[in-house]
Amino acid sequence: MSLVYAGVLSHAPGITGRADLVKNVARRDEFYRMLDHQREEIEASGAEALVVIAAEHFANFFMNNMPAFCIGMSDAYEGPIEDPGWLKIARTRVPGNADLSKRVITAVMQTVDCAYAEEWKFDHGIMVPLHFLTPRYDMAVIPANINCQGPPLTPLARAWAFGEALRRACDAQPEKIALVGTGGISHWPATPDSGKINEAWDREFLDHLMAQDRDALMRYDDDVQTYRDAGQGGFEIRTYLAAAAAAGGPGELQYYTAELPIFAVGCTVARFAID
Amino acid sequence: MSLYQLQKFLYVLNREPAAQRRYRDDLDGLIADYELTDEEARALRDGDIGLLYVLGVNGQILMHYAAFLGIAWFDYLDFMREGIERHGPVRAGVYAMTGGGASFTEEEGAR
Repeated sequence: MSLVYAGVLSHAPGITGRADLVKNVARRDEFYRMLDHQREEIEASGAEALVVIAAEHFANFFMNNMPAFCIGMSDAYEGPIEDPGWLKIARTRVPGNADLSKRVITAVMQTVDCAYAEEWKFDHGIMVPLHFLTPRYDMAVIPANINCQGPPLTPLARAWAFGEALRRACDAQPEKIALVGTGGISHWPATPDSGKINEAWDREFLDHLMAQDRDALMRYDDDVQTYRDAGQGGFEIRTYLAAAAAAGGPGELQYYTAELPIFAVGCTVARFAID
Repeated sequence: MSLYQLQKFLYVLNREPAAQRRYRDDLDGLIADYELTDEEARALRDGDIGLLYVLGVNGQILMHYAAFLGIAWFDYLDFMREGIERHGPVRAGVYAMTGGGASFTEEEGAR
């Protein structure tokens, strides 16, 4: 069929793991309702599979063999890799679709060099989104990863090209496919600065993203601007770029708040028109 | 400096149940499998989050390790700050402390 849904959402582990520490309960529940709404939109699209473009955190890939891009190709995955009590998500098997993955990977590789993996242990970067989007684990998931962690990182322009390649690959399949990009915008996770958020930077980036302003998005510079103003967590914007590129149409920012710093990220939900 | 080996130790530990069993049953033997400095080996033997942070272990790897050790969230943040106080700034990588040790959440301040 084709790509039938494209969006982005946050994935920080605190979103589930530190839910019970939150003081601003009203804001937390508002964010959760928007994630639930995103689930409803994906279900209403008729999607039979969900591509999750993630920024993995050394659950599978290490500096001995770090792919710029990788897509999973298995009928089942497992996660979370983290202590389930810490993430507050039970360890489980997540359904995949190896046949569909193989077809998508084959198509992507026509234009973007991409690794594949028949084993993949999900960390919070995928498990937190699935906790909200496919809470019954009843939709086939195709994990896709962009190297946002181990420099040299995947260049932004290549992340955009990866999204475009995924779009062509999805459109060539008979199945209805949804796609989400999941990462943080400005944040300083896993440091003593956890909870620091640059809201102005986030909103400007999201404005560019929703407008599909590729030129502006390509000007973000990792080593200077992004690292200084958005932290090393800002490197994960690659997942959002890929999702926007896959969609092609304008975005609608459905939710953003910087008022949940205990989650260590500006909490975001958005969808794009498929164009 | 063998930060690569140090991080690989933790990467394997974080994802492999067999390594986690060996960590609990034969930590010295597991450490001996990696080419580590005495300081790095000591940090692992002691579960010294602060020193591992200063040595430059990637924050995501370190966070998963802290979760494996059962360290509560705010204690984990404190351990990193204490590491800076004892050993100086982060020596490598992109997970440096930039906020001067301040807390950025009302929840941490209110505990």
